[in-house]
Amino acid sequence: MENFAWVFISALLVNNFVLTYFLGLCPFLGVSGSLETSARLGLATTFVMLVTAVCAWVLNTYILIYAPYLRLICFIVVIASTVQFIEMLIKKLSPALFRAMGIFLPLITTNCAVLGVALLNVQQQHNLLQSALYGFGASAGFALVLIMFSAMRERLATADVPLHFRGAPIALITAGLMALAFMGFTGLANS
Amino acid sequence: MKENLSREEFLKGIWRDNPVFAQVLGMCPMLAVTNSAINAVAMGMATFFVLVGSSFLVSTFRNVIPKQVRISCFIIIIATFVTIADYTLLALVPKVHKELGAFIPLIVANCLILGRQEAFASRYPTKLAVMDALGMATGFVVALFSLGAVREILGDGALFGIKLFGENFEPWIIMILPPGGFLTLGVILLFFNWFQQKKDEFLADVADAERGSR
Amino acid sequence: MNAPAATASPSSLRLVMTLAIAGLLSGIAIIGIYESTLPTITANKARELREAVFKVLPGVTQMQALVYRDDALVVVPEPDKDEPVVYGGYDDAGQFIGYAVPAAGPGFQDTIALLYGYQPAEQRVVGMEVLESRETPGLGDKIYKDMDFVGEFKALTIEPEIVAVKKGTKTADNQVDAITGATISAKAVVRIINEAHAEWSDRYPAPGSEPGLEASEPADTGGEQ
Repeated sequence: MENFAWVFISALLVNNFVLTYFLGLCPFLGVSGSLETSARLGLATTFVMLVTAVCAWVLNTYILIYAPYLRLICFIVVIASTVQFIEMLIKKLSPALFRAMGIFLPLITTNCAVLGVALLNVQQQHNLLQSALYGFGASAGFALVLIMFSAMRERLATADVPLHFRGAPIALITAGLMALAFMGFTGLANS
Repeated sequence: MKENLSREEFLKGIWRDNPVFAQVLGMCPMLAVTNSAINAVAMGMATFFVLVGSSFLVSTFRNVIPKQVRISCFIIIIATFVTIADYTLLALVPKVHKELGAFIPLIVANCLILGRQEAFASRYPTKLAVMDALGMATGFVVALFSLGAVREILGDGALFGIKLFGENFEPWIIMILPPGGFLTLGVILLFFNWFQQKKDEFLADVADAERGSR
Repeated sequence: MNAPAATASPSSLRLVMTLAIAGLLSGIAIIGIYESTLPTITANKARELREAVFKVLPGVTQMQALVYRDDALVVVPEPDKDEPVVYGGYDDAGQFIGYAVPAAGPGFQDTIALLYGYQPAEQRVVGMEVLESRETPGLGDKIYKDMDFVGEFKALTIEPEIVAVKKGTKTADNQVDAITGATISAKAVVRIINEAHAEWSDRYPAPGSEPGLEASEPADTGGEQ
């Protein structure tokens, strides 16, 4: 039980996907201008990451051991299919939400965090439950950081930022400071 | 005319439309594998191979691939090249491959590559597409190297593994850790913006002067 | 711009065929590269292992894999995939020198995989080499970068077990000076070795009756290529 809680907490905070592993940066820096969009994107990505983590594990354990070189292509197909599926689902359930999310939904396919979850689960040799928890923790960590960051960026947009800092530079420096803060969580790992 | 056009496509990727500095694409590997110069260059070369190869194929087959499945086809092509690069690196330079770890397969998710296929390679003839890819990829390698060099020099006191400073240099460890990546890139982008603005001002002055002297 | 002329929307069959062909070509290319790099990759792995074994067991020039089957250590040319394996190290004359034991366990950041050399006659660890680690650069990575730390494993009594002590307070032969600022990583290394030893110590035959060197191995990378 301890081990499972740790898998979740470490993915969420200690080895946060965005601030420690540098995964999921494109939407992190690109989308986080608006808090509302970020929250929605975070939710959609969470779903995709969870489904991907489980499907990828099943695929890897039962099929890919015979053909490890096909791993990458199979994972990416799983991700593309999951995103396609969730796109259709949202379109059916809430056309308004679908319109609001626009281009960001298909972009989840190229979110390195999603592929990263699948690959890291393989690398760390998690079992099924651990993979699911890891996927959940990682996506929660991604969503958490995305929301926090976009809240800060909304504030920054109205602040008096020096000319050359505006846009990407100040965003990155802010991210750097967030990463520094998150390093404090490594204390959670006690031997 | 055509010669200038293709040269222009190549050069734009290096500075003006540099994928990292100007377009802010390809962030994930940019920050993750630039903790040393050699890792940065190796990742750059791998991405170079994938980008040029994919652009070549996508552009060659652009009239054959139906619009509805184009993204999936692009991804299949990209993933194939990445797998090739992965195994080639593992065979030729296993130590570097170990350092880059999971980030080689992650080249597939590099928005830079898919972005170039969608925006350029699928719409332009092969020669132009390849020049564009060469330019973007070179710009990417340059960006990766500059970040990797700064982080390694400050964070480890070395470049390509060769110690630069004496025994007493206390390395700024944070540079090779994640926060250092963000901060360094932020500062580099800051200089890029500043430089761009100065250049624009200069060109505007020149234009004014020309107009004034007429 | 050469956008394809937009005629009627292509049939589903066309879409599926395109994807199928793309997938097929891709699969062929991938299998091709895999097969062609496989010999090099396997040779690299074997060479790395060899070098590590020779590093942790001084004086060793030949080695063979040993697994535990039917209550005894037996020589195997190719160990089963998940079977725990230990390597016997022998000198030029075929004399047994010691075991090179692979071990792994959680470190501070991620799993640490290492190889340590063990001489059963003196019950001593005679070398340690970190094979894989993702510890914090500048701190945890000292477990392989700090030569003083690595050197501690060159003559270390393993009974009753290895203990990591605060740097500078080492008094007994089974103690290791930990690394300041990387205590967790250093202690992880010690724990990994202790655990591996606990697992294998019952399996070793009595000192002096270790499996002899079987089937001459090619001296270096020679042999038909």
